[in-house]
Amino acid sequence: MSITTTSTPIVVEKGASLWRDAAHRLGKNRAATISLFVLIVIFVSCLVLPSIRNLIPDPNIQDLAGKNSPPSGAHIFGTDHLGRDIFSRVLYGGRITIAVGLITTSVSVTLGVFWGAIAGYVRGFVDDLMMRIVDILYALPFLVIVILLGKTIEPWTTTLTNDTVDLLVGQGASVAKENDTRTWVEPITTLVPLFLAIGALSWLTVSRIVRAQVRNVASQDFVEASRSLGLGHFTILFKHILPNSLGPIIVYTTLTIPSIMLFEATLSFLGLGVKPPNSSWGILISEGADRMSANFWLLFFPSLFFATTLFALNFLGDGLRDALDPKSSKD
Amino acid sequence: MLRYFINRLVQGIIVMIVLFSLTFFLVKALPGSPFKTEKAIPEHIQARMNAYYGLDQPLPVQFAKRATNILKGDLGSSLRLEGREVSEIISQAFPVSLQLGLVAITLAIGFGVPLGVIAAWKKNSLLDYSTMAIAMAGICLPSFVIGPILADRFGQKWKILPAMGWANLNPLFWILPAITLGLVSAAYLSRLTRAGMLDTLSQDFVRTARAKGVSQKNILIRHCLRGGLTPAVAYIGPAFAGIISGSLVIESVFALPGLGTHFIKAIESGDEPVLTGIVLLFGVLIILANFATDLLGYWLNPRLRS
Repeated sequence: MSITTTSTPIVVEKGASLWRDAAHRLGKNRAATISLFVLIVIFVSCLVLPSIRNLIPDPNIQDLAGKNSPPSGAHIFGTDHLGRDIFSRVLYGGRITIAVGLITTSVSVTLGVFWGAIAGYVRGFVDDLMMRIVDILYALPFLVIVILLGKTIEPWTTTLTNDTVDLLVGQGASVAKENDTRTWVEPITTLVPLFLAIGALSWLTVSRIVRAQVRNVASQDFVEASRSLGLGHFTILFKHILPNSLGPIIVYTTLTIPSIMLFEATLSFLGLGVKPPNSSWGILISEGADRMSANFWLLFFPSLFFATTLFALNFLGDGLRDALDPKSSKD
Repeated sequence: MLRYFINRLVQGIIVMIVLFSLTFFLVKALPGSPFKTEKAIPEHIQARMNAYYGLDQPLPVQFAKRATNILKGDLGSSLRLEGREVSEIISQAFPVSLQLGLVAITLAIGFGVPLGVIAAWKKNSLLDYSTMAIAMAGICLPSFVIGPILADRFGQKWKILPAMGWANLNPLFWILPAITLGLVSAAYLSRLTRAGMLDTLSQDFVRTARAKGVSQKNILIRHCLRGGLTPAVAYIGPAFAGIISGSLVIESVFALPGLGTHFIKAIESGDEPVLTGIVLLFGVLIILANFATDLLGYWLNPRLRS
């Protein structure tokens, strides 16, 4: 898009791409920059700290003598009812939660945006058909589908886990090293396929919101104008209508991430998500909730990480919304 | 207009037929038998029970039988709860979930939408940030954390409200579960309303209205609210259907006899009649909710009525 479609038709600006403008504006938004920084710190510490040998305790090692101890120098976040270190459980769990949240959300939002945008733009029979499919998917017992999916892909993910571990460890490595690798590979290889599938089924509300938004924007005069200029449907929809519908899409995306992350905890209860002794933020929070009156730190620290991540994502989302709004001023 | 209604009715019927067929076969594919209890039932008795309920017949036969019965208005009886009709289970549990859901959604709309409008109006102010921080707290704190905290404080410690249980049409029992249930939706609604309002507020006609000297309040309420509500309305339809059809977490935290518990139990035990009954009810609710959402969309945006 070389010429901006709204507000100032007389001033022809050179190379003002939506994304370059957005990056510039985002950099000037303090809340968004701080959030981006916080997210990077959290992501990097979940990813890197557990990989450094002997830096943090093994998250699954039990120490029954030191169980239920409050935060101290040895265990900065305290220990749980089996004496496991909460700090390293939070970091290891964060890997799973973040991976699951981001993968599933990106699949679900992409699908939902396309589905809703096409239905809202084309309207008529296509719209009816697409939205009735959405109705059916809404009403189908989601949990049943997920349980069946989980059972169906289980043998396949087991093979995937073994192959990945073999590939990473190589021939003739020690058993200890293989187990080490398996600890962090297994959650990823078993969960990612399942959550890709969940993402492929949970785009329904996104599509309804995008459809409503696209219908509204499509009824505005500038869309008529671009049609009379002879622009194709594809260009009109994806370059003119969607950029003007981004606000609700971004906001709904930042809302989808936490709900998926918490849904993972529900699945784990049903034996489909993370297998014990491994953990995730959702599981740590729900375990902590059971014991919150006695040992508050079990709930507090996982919730703190979870909430901080989501707050940061949220402010980053708001910043992106402002930055990507094609109608906001150019400064 | 009449044609539109008839068209949607036909579509709704097709949706229900597809929904029933898919659900039936999905549930049949679930592992486990409805007669599996802690005590092992001898095989010959299990075979007798299967024969009694017609579960020994091939799937297409079972399907045809169920379909004709449902068309006649007979939802069948539960396999897990002996001698209880599905219609009876639903008619006992659904009113509880419905009452609770209506209160919860009223709370959610009553708080979420105005807060979203205010946040958009005072964008990037302290008011905006604190409202949105509360909204995010509502999303980050799952109901299995909020529910027990509320029940413990208001029910056990201060003894202001009943911590659990249910009495029909007694608002005291509604308050805690409805707050817990409505909190997430309120948070979603406020975030979506804010986003929608901001989109609308940055449009050219708002600048024109400002230039004409229209007051800030009038710009918000009379010019922007309709357009700004679009995303929130699109969210509310399905969310409403979901909320009034019960929630397992809320029901187990507050010991409520709602539909959500039956739903999960039916999944766990492969109780196809109960599950199908609830899914069909939910299907009707979803169809109606999305239909109402579409009508509301036409009402909010006059340009769509053509």
